[in-house]
Amino acid sequence: MEYLQGSYRVQTIRPGSMCDFTIHCPDIAAVSKAGQFVHVRVPGFTLRRPISICEVDKAAGTIRILFDIRGEGTKVLANTKEGELVDVMGPLGNGFTLLDSDKTAVVVGGGIGVPPMLQTAKSYGKNATAILGFRSADKIVLTDDFEAQQNRVMLCTDDGSAGHHGVVTDLLKQRFDEGKPDIVYACGPKVMLKFVAKLCAEYGVRCQVSLEERMACGVGACLGCATPIRRDDGSVTYLHVCKDGPVFDAERVVFDD
Amino acid sequence: MTNLKVNIAGVEFKNPVITASGCFGFGREYECVYPLERLGGISLKGMTFKERLGNPPPRIAETPSGMLNSVGLQNPGVEHFLEHDMPYLAQKDTVKIANIAGSCVEDYCAIAERLSESQIDMFELNISCPNVKQGGVAFGTSCENAAHIVKEVRKYAKKPMIVKLSPNVTDIASIAQAVEAEGADAVSLINTLLGMRIDINTRRPILKNNVGGLSGPAVFPVAVRMVWQVANRVKIPVIGMGGIEKWQDAIEMMMAGANAIQIGAAMFYNPKAPIGVIDGMQQWMEQNGVEDINEIVGAVRPW
Ligand SMILES: Cc1cc2nc3c(=O)[nH]c(=O)nc-3n(C[C@H](O)[C@H](O)[C@H](O)COP(=O)(O)OP(=O)(O)OC[C@H]3O[C@@H](n4cnc5c(N)ncnc54)[C@H](O)[C@@H]3O)c2cc1C
Ligand SMILES: Cc1cc2nc3c(=O)[nH]c(=O)nc-3n(C[C@H](O)[C@H](O)[C@H](O)COP(=O)(O)O)c2cc1C
Ligand code: FES
Repeated sequence: MEYLQGSYRVQTIRPGSMCDFTIHCPDIAAVSKAGQFVHVRVPGFTLRRPISICEVDKAAGTIRILFDIRGEGTKVLANTKEGELVDVMGPLGNGFTLLDSDKTAVVVGGGIGVPPMLQTAKSYGKNATAILGFRSADKIVLTDDFEAQQNRVMLCTDDGSAGHHGVVTDLLKQRFDEGKPDIVYACGPKVMLKFVAKLCAEYGVRCQVSLEERMACGVGACLGCATPIRRDDGSVTYLHVCKDGPVFDAERVVFDD
Repeated sequence: MTNLKVNIAGVEFKNPVITASGCFGFGREYECVYPLERLGGISLKGMTFKERLGNPPPRIAETPSGMLNSVGLQNPGVEHFLEHDMPYLAQKDTVKIANIAGSCVEDYCAIAERLSESQIDMFELNISCPNVKQGGVAFGTSCENAAHIVKEVRKYAKKPMIVKLSPNVTDIASIAQAVEAEGADAVSLINTLLGMRIDINTRRPILKNNVGGLSGPAVFPVAVRMVWQVANRVKIPVIGMGGIEKWQDAIEMMMAGANAIQIGAAMFYNPKAPIGVIDGMQQWMEQNGVEDINEIVGAVRPW
């Protein structure tokens, strides 16, 4: 396992409904993959905050992260100014399994599950469909970025204020009925992942999901971020989201507990 | 030349800084940040005879200046450890301490016997885990139980034996004396303090186990006080821990009476914390003309 930890400069902060930081960290960027995350220290807090890597630019030596203010820690982190340093550990976790770029992929993101999908869909270009769900129109992020990398975007909101009025699985079913993709990647609330996984199983499409769990070390040392996962023999064990995940094959994940 | 070496129950440590059990896995996860050889020692993840799955998630909750955990001794069991992790650890020039736990006295004895034939350097008997329903802390909260388990395990343990004490008791020093009387070679303290957090929106405890162990800087003054009380009552070495994050804390803990220290939760926000402590101590010694770190053990001058 190889990760780095240190202070890195926040190079750019883009406006938008989520905090959108581009961090200059050439050594981390050089080894980062789609679906991995970084563990960010927040001054005054004991635990780091896990945030997905949204985009990697190896040439520029940067990674981009997008996060929502959810509680005390992200509120403090959101006050970071351009040019300031943040203490980052990463890249952590396993990341998504990317197929050859001529295969077809669907990425499904809900809310704070949208950011990791950008890097994931990148290599597939026009062979990827991005199904993105948000609470309402004012929460929408990254749709232009997906379009700029040639992905087809299908949008929905919970309140119908933009795109389809409904849930991501409505759009996923619609997409499947046009023809089955080779793989589906999903990140978002666990209930959303559960229904995405169910639909993929019904259609016989391979599916990988990225899970969330409360973390301490972020590297597999404390065993804090356990999640129930089915073994080959069908029995259930606890694996760790930070090290064994955050990406798991959907059929292994135990969604009801 | 300053001397950072300490000796605990006949085992030499190159410096008094040890990573705390459950916070450092079996060492592998931190190898890319610094060589394990820098550490005085590693207290390994708590081990039971058979595999344990641990408690259901969530297992972690943040608290002011600290955290709660309810991991519940998830570990692969002693045989898996010997096959997969011991060969790797054996190559590392640092003291390897096996932290052992169980749900009955026989379990502790069986692990101690099995590991006595291995390249483990010392045992740390965990009679203070607050996160398991049977055993664990139950052994560590009365003098009789603590004395009994130490006496039994002593028969099988062919390596120096540290006994790790629970702070969830009214008089920790009496427990320390009870285990000393039955042959403990050293004591370590403190394990975590039992705590609880509730999500006021869902009215549910954050931890699925409802309660969990508190550690991190929040517990530091409690740990210093307990180490001081214990060090004043026993003759065997004391290993102090609880909330240590920087070299100043380590020196304070040693002045309270600790012969060596362990670092746990601080590594979660600063993985290099143990290295910072070692380097900081060394510099402090040079600047203050302290030639031997052992000079400061118990050096507090109480009023
Ligand atoms: C692998 C992974 C990737 C993530 N990627 C993103 C991302 O790209 N963008 C984004 O906005 N959010 C992401 N999250 C969720 C993000 O970590 C939480 O929103 C954040 O930790 C909340 O911190 P807080 O201080 O605001 O909340 P508080 O509620 O004050 O935090 C208290 C504690 O609970 C933890 N916690 C609270 N909610 C979560 C959660 N959903 N998941 C894990 N820990 C939590 C915190 O880390 C902290 O330790 C990700 C989580 C994981 C596990
Ligand atoms: C996630 C976690 C897991 C732990 N697991 C163990 C364990 O297996 N055995 C044990 O004796 N102590 C365990 N502890 C307790 C620590 O070793 C240490 O006694 C305690 O955390 C206080 O030190 P700290 O404040 O530096 O963390 C654990 C602590 C944490 C935070
Ligand atoms: S957060 Fe420590 S094991 Fe995952």
